[in-house]
Amino acid sequence: MLKITKYVLIDILRNRILLMYAIFLLIISLSLFSLEEDPAKAVISLLSVVLIILPLVGMIFSTTYFYNAYEFLELLLAQPLKRNTILLAQYIGLSTCLVLAFLFGVGIPVLIYYPNEIGAVLVFAGVMLSLCFAAFAFLASVSTRDKARGIGLSLLFWFYLAIMYDAIVMGIMYAFSDYPLEKIVVLFAALNPIDLARITVLLKLDISAMMGYTGAIYQDFFGNWKGIVFSSLVMAIWVVLPLWLSVRIFNKKNI
Amino acid sequence: MLQVVELYKKFGKLQVLKGIDASFSPGKVTAVIGHNGSGKTTMIKCILGMVIPDKGEVLLRDESVVGKWKYRSELGYMPQIGRYPDNMTMGQIFDMMQDLRKGHKTELDKELVEKYCLTEMFYKKMRTLSGGTRQKVSAALAFMFNPPVLILDEPTAGLDPLASEILKEKIMVERAKGKTIIITSHIMPEVDELADDIIFMHEGSIKFHKSMLELKAETGETKIGKALGKLLS
Repeated sequence: MLKITKYVLIDILRNRILLMYAIFLLIISLSLFSLEEDPAKAVISLLSVVLIILPLVGMIFSTTYFYNAYEFLELLLAQPLKRNTILLAQYIGLSTCLVLAFLFGVGIPVLIYYPNEIGAVLVFAGVMLSLCFAAFAFLASVSTRDKARGIGLSLLFWFYLAIMYDAIVMGIMYAFSDYPLEKIVVLFAALNPIDLARITVLLKLDISAMMGYTGAIYQDFFGNWKGIVFSSLVMAIWVVLPLWLSVRIFNKKNI
Repeated sequence: MLQVVELYKKFGKLQVLKGIDASFSPGKVTAVIGHNGSGKTTMIKCILGMVIPDKGEVLLRDESVVGKWKYRSELGYMPQIGRYPDNMTMGQIFDMMQDLRKGHKTELDKELVEKYCLTEMFYKKMRTLSGGTRQKVSAALAFMFNPPVLILDEPTAGLDPLASEILKEKIMVERAKGKTIIITSHIMPEVDELADDIIFMHEGSIKFHKSMLELKAETGETKIGKALGKLLS
């Protein structure tokens, strides 16, 4: 498996887009940290960037890569290799590259300007999001042979999780505001990796008071160590589940 | 050696294979011919495990290989259109394949690499190569690991006359060594030259599977193209 990953890495690391992505992140993080006097504020701004850009770029890049490497896939499939191995090796190669770009673009500035627990949580959330959305992208890509449809599908995923989901949750909370929704709200957050990442970081910043009543619930649930273990676990599930599904689909796929 | 039994495959609404039965024996070149879209490539992809048949079996030495992967070390495959990762050099491709097939015991067969002078082009990136050169790479890779079964999908399409002559010679040499060889082709003189057996496919089923001698004796023709014309008219 690692052998295949090695060749995937050789292939991707020559990709200019990835380099541009890393530099773009680096410029944003450095400028945010140098513009804001209070690094905590910069982290909040950086968080919004990370939550929108990271999933989007991760997903589009992964989907495009998957389709562009279709020839490579065909070549590998005619060799004595397991299908699981081929797909997972590609995933590992690709997600390693995305994580490296993120660590370079955001991890290094955070390490310089804000080397504490909150910074670590932000970087951790970003890494998990990269892994998770690369897995989503693989799921979209193995589901259809058509490149345009695959990219469309992953954009839809992103649009749903990054934008629509919050609106739906707000709507539900508003409509059922007479009922006790505390536990359900926690569940809603867990069902969306982006929300989960946002809450985990925001609670560390101790501004949950600004989030009103819901903030108090979140603080109560996610604020202690149990909450952190819980959110890491759910994030891990968000990586493993789409990956497992795509392996299953890929095993039955006709190339 | 290699057998396909009652192979069925449907793509959407299109029934591409309608119960294919065929066996391929060692020391023989079997040519699979038929119109475009008659299911030749799909059958080959079923044997390779790239397409998973809806029903039926692929047997290698009487063992089912559907859904397995280790058996592919015994196959050498040359695709119709060889496509390779753009950013890799030819040398990297060869290194990678040797790396991935490290388990194999026999010595590497680099005859085609030498005859096609591919080593001189090892520094070139795959995307800069012409279609014919890529075909040469595919051919060299298919023969490199000395597999007992060779599957060549339109091997000489796109090769210059000299290169296709070299490839044909190589096929004959390997046949003499007792390899099981399957080729598909639309070029009848080539089939005449190479094949021992002919499988004629039509719309997803096998119309006939006969040896070259039988076919010629039946029709009284010496050229396969004419013999086919007689049989099908």
